[in-house]
Amino acid sequence: MSVLPYVVAAWLLLVGVYGAITSHHLVHLVICLAVAQSSTYVLLLAIGYRTGGRAPIFSDLPPGTPVVDPVVQALTLTDVVVEATVSAVLFALALQAHRRFGTADPDRIGTLRG
Amino acid sequence: MLVPMAVACAMAGASAFTDRHQGVVAVAGAVAALGLTIALLARQDTRLLVWFGGWEPRKGVAVGVGFAIDGLGAGLAAFVGALGVVSLVLAARLIRVEGATFHALMLVFVAAMIGFCLTGDLFNLFVFFELMSVSAYVLVGYEVRRRAALEGALTFAVTNTVGSILLLLGVTLLYGRTGALNLAQIGRTLTEQPADGLVVVAFALIACGLFVKAAVVPFHMWTADAYAVAPTPVCILLAGAFSELGLYGIARVYWTVFDGPLGAHADALRAILVVAGVLTGLLGAVLCAAQHHLKRMLAYATIAQVGLFLVGLGLLSADGLAGSAVWVVADGLVKAALFGCVAIVQHRCGDIEERDLHGRARDLRPLGVVFVLGALIIASLPLNGSFLGRALVEDAALKAPGYAWVPTVLLVVTGLVGGTLLRAAARVFWGAGAVAPRDPAGEPEEEETGDREGSASLLWIAPVVMIVAAVAWGLVPGLADAAGRAAAAFVDSHGYAAAVLDGRTLPVHAPEIPAPGLTAYLYAAGSLALAGAVAAVALARVPALPAPLGRAVDALRRIHSGRPGDYVAWTVGGAATLGGVFALTLL
Repeated sequence: MSVLPYVVAAWLLLVGVYGAITSHHLVHLVICLAVAQSSTYVLLLAIGYRTGGRAPIFSDLPPGTPVVDPVVQALTLTDVVVEATVSAVLFALALQAHRRFGTADPDRIGTLRG
Repeated sequence: MLVPMAVACAMAGASAFTDRHQGVVAVAGAVAALGLTIALLARQDTRLLVWFGGWEPRKGVAVGVGFAIDGLGAGLAAFVGALGVVSLVLAARLIRVEGATFHALMLVFVAAMIGFCLTGDLFNLFVFFELMSVSAYVLVGYEVRRRAALEGALTFAVTNTVGSILLLLGVTLLYGRTGALNLAQIGRTLTEQPADGLVVVAFALIACGLFVKAAVVPFHMWTADAYAVAPTPVCILLAGAFSELGLYGIARVYWTVFDGPLGAHADALRAILVVAGVLTGLLGAVLCAAQHHLKRMLAYATIAQVGLFLVGLGLLSADGLAGSAVWVVADGLVKAALFGCVAIVQHRCGDIEERDLHGRARDLRPLGVVFVLGALIIASLPLNGSFLGRALVEDAALKAPGYAWVPTVLLVVTGLVGGTLLRAAARVFWGAGAVAPRDPAGEPEEEETGDREGSASLLWIAPVVMIVAAVAWGLVPGLADAAGRAAAAFVDSHGYAAAVLDGRTLPVHAPEIPAPGLTAYLYAAGSLALAGAVAAVALARVPALPAPLGRAVDALRRIHSGRPGDYVAWTVGGAATLGGVFALTLL
């Protein structure tokens, strides 16, 4: 169990980045970036996990009970929000590309070279 | 500090005022922020600590999120505020806006940059990094009706998102190792253990994420596209502050977190950073010379300058850092002036390629003078801020053993960039020399947006003021000493940790900063001569580079293909290479 989350995080990153590099559709590109970003969530949560820890809510647990790290969960939530914003902006750009220029292929939009 | 910015952007965002008032509200917000950051700068104590929510450190362990504001951070924040004011003043006249979105976004952008400069917490740094980036994505793509703007914003967003993913992975690894997010805390914890693979990997990831923002080779590809299509006020902020803040981030993270564990390998790291800076500078200069689109030219000039700042920073000494800091401010002001000139030319003549603009800006001659002055300052005309900063960096390089070749590289890069800008000015404002060839990779003709009325009188003030400011910056008495003291405080990681975690202030040993000596003037003369030569050669005839060189430059330009997938591939490849180099040399 101990190594698997890290392997999953690495795999997600690689798959996401590979998809982003070879993408032919802007929506696919954004989703690939989201997959790559989710590798950071998995890594964060894996770092925060404590074997045998409970959820870090102390209303019904006596203080001193081992719990998983709540800071990491807060970081992950922040990360999710940030990623949602970025995805929203990118999707808006993709939508504009399709609507105005009739294509959602990142290779065919381009006019900027050199 | 951050509060007025947030209030200002809330006002602009939720404002029910009519269009006439937006510009004023936004500028007022920016001026308020500028005033407060200057007040921060004027404080006498070395570091100011602000802990949010009152969570002071307990027994030397930081439990809250805090701002740790020192001289360089406050100075940079004030500089960002100043650029923000200028940009918003220009935006009030240049940008046709529906609704308050543009101004609100600009204020958020400036607020995020100020927060980035002032923070003492690693995750807070990341959050401001993201906020800065997202507002930049939207601002760059603001004129979304233009195809090129859309593409520029897209590649910018995709590349920087990958960079931020790398940064966050690095932050996560550091948290996993140390259980802390406060920069001083992490540094102290890491110093107690020997550096191992995890620390080096974390450093590589964080450095790559920040290098993407700082537009260091090979992470720089988004820069030219984004600058070429962004509205001018956004360009001013991007060129003057955005990439420089990436370098500031690396400096801050290195000297608070990694100086302890990696300090033993400082020589290797110095070599890596200086080489990266030199490559960036040379690539930027060469591609700048090959450009005929004025904004792309300025974009590559910015990349080249950022490379030189990285050289100053990469020397890993207080005086190199002080030199870079002074140079950054001067260069930002000059870039603001240059972008302002280009904007006015575009506004008036409706074109942006050298060929199409040949001689058409004759009645804008006074602006031509400003442009030429800016180009000369970049090529390090003596007695101004750029010269002073560059002289300090050169001195630092000559002091460090084995880096005496660095000033020559600086000379070549600034000469090439200055010469290209002189050539552009001569062609556009005076119609001199041969007409530029049609740029094979240039942007196709698009109908220009923006009205052509002669409302430009306010706009003229901005470049002139910026150039005057850039010259005046170099004449501020005691600037070099103040920068030296601030830099010494910055690189003092023990002092930083002591101040942040224990509340003690350790004395700071400020380096001796001599005035620019004869060598500095000689290098400046060399750079100016090179600039003049480049401009003259380019103007005398349409230059034909020898075939292999020409092919190499063309291949280099083709690499910057405008496709997001390619840029991501280069970013990831560069990250892997840099990580490998770090692993080999720093373990």
